[in-house]
Amino acid sequence: MLCSSRSIKITFEKQWFYLDNAIGHIYGTTFEVTSGGSLQPKKRGEEMATETKEAGTDNRNIVDDGKSQKLTHDDIKALKDKGIKGQEIVQQLIENSTTFRDKTEFSQDKYIKKKKKKYEAVITIIKPSTRILSTMYYAREPGKINYLRYDTLAQMLTWGNVRAGNKMIVMETCAGLVLGAVMERMGGYGSIVHMYPGGGPVRTAANCFGFPESFFQTLYEFPLSKVNSVLSGTFSLNILPSEPEETMAVTEDSNGSLDDKQHPIQEADMECCAELAMESDQPEEQEMVDIPTEGEAFDNNKAKGTTDDKQKKQEKRRKKLIETAALLKDKDADGLIIASRFHPAPLLLSLLEFVAPSRPFVVYCQYKEPLLECYTKLREKGGVINLKLSETWLRHYQVLTDRSHPKLMMSGGGGYLLTGITVINEGVKTGDHAPQMAEEPTSKKRKLQEHV
Amino acid sequence: MSFIKYGDTVKEGDTAIIFLGHESMFPVKVQDGGKTQTKYGVIRHSTDLIGKSYGSKVTCSKGGWVYVLHPTPELWTLNLPHRTQILYSTDISLITMMLELKPGSIVCESGTGSGSLSHAIIRTIAPTGHLYTVEFHQQRAEKAIEEFREHEVDHLVTVKNQDVCKNGFGVTSVADAVFLDIPSPWEAIGHAKLALKYEGGRICSFSPCIEQVQRTCLALQEHGFTEINTSEILLRVYNVRTVSLQIPDLGRATEDDSTAAFDRGTQTDQDVPCVANLQQGTVQFKSGVPPREMVGHTGYLTFATKSLF
Repeated sequence: MLCSSRSIKITFEKQWFYLDNAIGHIYGTTFEVTSGGSLQPKKRGEEMATETKEAGTDNRNIVDDGKSQKLTHDDIKALKDKGIKGQEIVQQLIENSTTFRDKTEFSQDKYIKKKKKKYEAVITIIKPSTRILSTMYYAREPGKINYLRYDTLAQMLTWGNVRAGNKMIVMETCAGLVLGAVMERMGGYGSIVHMYPGGGPVRTAANCFGFPESFFQTLYEFPLSKVNSVLSGTFSLNILPSEPEETMAVTEDSNGSLDDKQHPIQEADMECCAELAMESDQPEEQEMVDIPTEGEAFDNNKAKGTTDDKQKKQEKRRKKLIETAALLKDKDADGLIIASRFHPAPLLLSLLEFVAPSRPFVVYCQYKEPLLECYTKLREKGGVINLKLSETWLRHYQVLTDRSHPKLMMSGGGGYLLTGITVINEGVKTGDHAPQMAEEPTSKKRKLQEHV
Repeated sequence: MSFIKYGDTVKEGDTAIIFLGHESMFPVKVQDGGKTQTKYGVIRHSTDLIGKSYGSKVTCSKGGWVYVLHPTPELWTLNLPHRTQILYSTDISLITMMLELKPGSIVCESGTGSGSLSHAIIRTIAPTGHLYTVEFHQQRAEKAIEEFREHEVDHLVTVKNQDVCKNGFGVTSVADAVFLDIPSPWEAIGHAKLALKYEGGRICSFSPCIEQVQRTCLALQEHGFTEINTSEILLRVYNVRTVSLQIPDLGRATEDDSTAAFDRGTQTDQDVPCVANLQQGTVQFKSGVPPREMVGHTGYLTFATKSLF
């Protein structure tokens, strides 16, 4: 069931509407947007049967004279202004097309589909999930997630053996999408340390999943700039700069804009917010209350200037930071996932120190070359095996009777992954074995491939 | 050890993965007094494995060494005894995400086959989910049950020995997701719909041939599934190599100019890992080289949603 706040105007794909009417409907319900911005639930199969049995066999007599549509631009606009249902407009367009009956069955189908898309304002409200959010981000805001395609993210979760009960380290600057995906797979069991650059972690996408508050209790965060001090054992709270909430919020913003190079940030953000709110049915107000990090900002607004509250909050932050540092110091994490806009090599070499032996790690990079460097440096350093540099291609298909083929367009690139497994590093390289590890022909792999 | 929980040390009864070298590994069932032969000599379980930390180096009798690894569904997929063709981790990853599997999910699967996907599903839905898997081949079903018990995940899975196309999954209105990897999935779509929860869920069918996909898509439409989507995922693995290319000899007269220009080019751009060795007349660089042959097709994955509307 939906829960949503009332009277918030949502803009989506050149439409605007209010979500009020959607409340109480089950996920997956399709709505029609009416002129007043209210949503009317629409049953499937309500569609008018476009009974056009007549169809041509080929296009030898179809001439593009630009006059096949009898309705003018103004006519169509008038129909729209009258508030006539999209379905009816499409029907009128068909009736007034002189060539429609001569078109083949296939092109008639195609014509109707195209017009429906344009005139029938229909939205479906669905539950947020990694599938939905990662597909949406890749399509709408790829710059914010470093062009991490959803199938690549799927590989990361699998090769990272992400599951309930793990203690994971996640270093990401993908708007919190990777973090959210890891949280979904862990279901609130185990713990996650989210490493962040700058003043605070960005979790816009993670907040769209609508996770229960309990999931956030096992989520820790740690500033990247303190990693070396933990590794060298010099970490102490005294060297931490005091971070007032105001500066934190500002840095979060600027972090976001750094990720985004294509759009004027303000506009893109607003648009994104609206969509997200729609897709996830998580009204902003509610997020504020539900989610601890946002909650802080909420408290802050409410009790502005109360230094008491501020101190309490800072005390809480410090306490959590000590806990996080302790978690890291154990150096027994069950996995490491990196997907950021930074060069992965230094991140990987340092953060791997926190991972227990015989655990998987996954590094994402939009480009192949930095991962080549990671590969080489890890080989020199040792302590890892089964290094694999890979990429996946994803191809979608149109499957229709007598019209099945790969889709015309496919994604050009979804990034690269370097995966491997940690082992106990004894530091010394035993001469004769090492080259064999690196260069042994892949006889086993060949065998596997033949099986497929 | 368990396939759903990490353990620190190797214990009697564990399934451990012995890693010999690049992509060369095999599973062993650790037994007190057990012995395993490798090309580097024998491994004695009692002294060489039991009590050792996972991830440690084990020296074999001939002086060579191997690593002992904690099992994961991914390593198991690469090492399991094949009773059928299996799904590999590339397809499994996409299936898991697109079926929206997570802790607590109830999943129906058929056929069980060699249990490659089953282990991955169980990992993902633990500790509160459940897998109902149906295999019509009696021996395979029994073998799967045995493996699940050995891997300490049998409480999360129910194996049924029946024909899914005739008898369905043996459960109704419980599943969040259904996965089909059978020769005629279109005959099981009705049963899949019954197995899915009343309010809806996700389905995936894996088929190698496009004709199978076509019939499946038709059946899905007839049963009112929406968001019907077919895709294919391909894995490209790159070998990291240092490559040397020879600089061509264009003759004495031009040599001064061209090599000098080349030299300057590499020196100003420090970031390019490109070393010009003019004496030998070669340039070195790192490259990710695709293998000569790769898997070009496993199967089409057709996903769809069951919803109330």
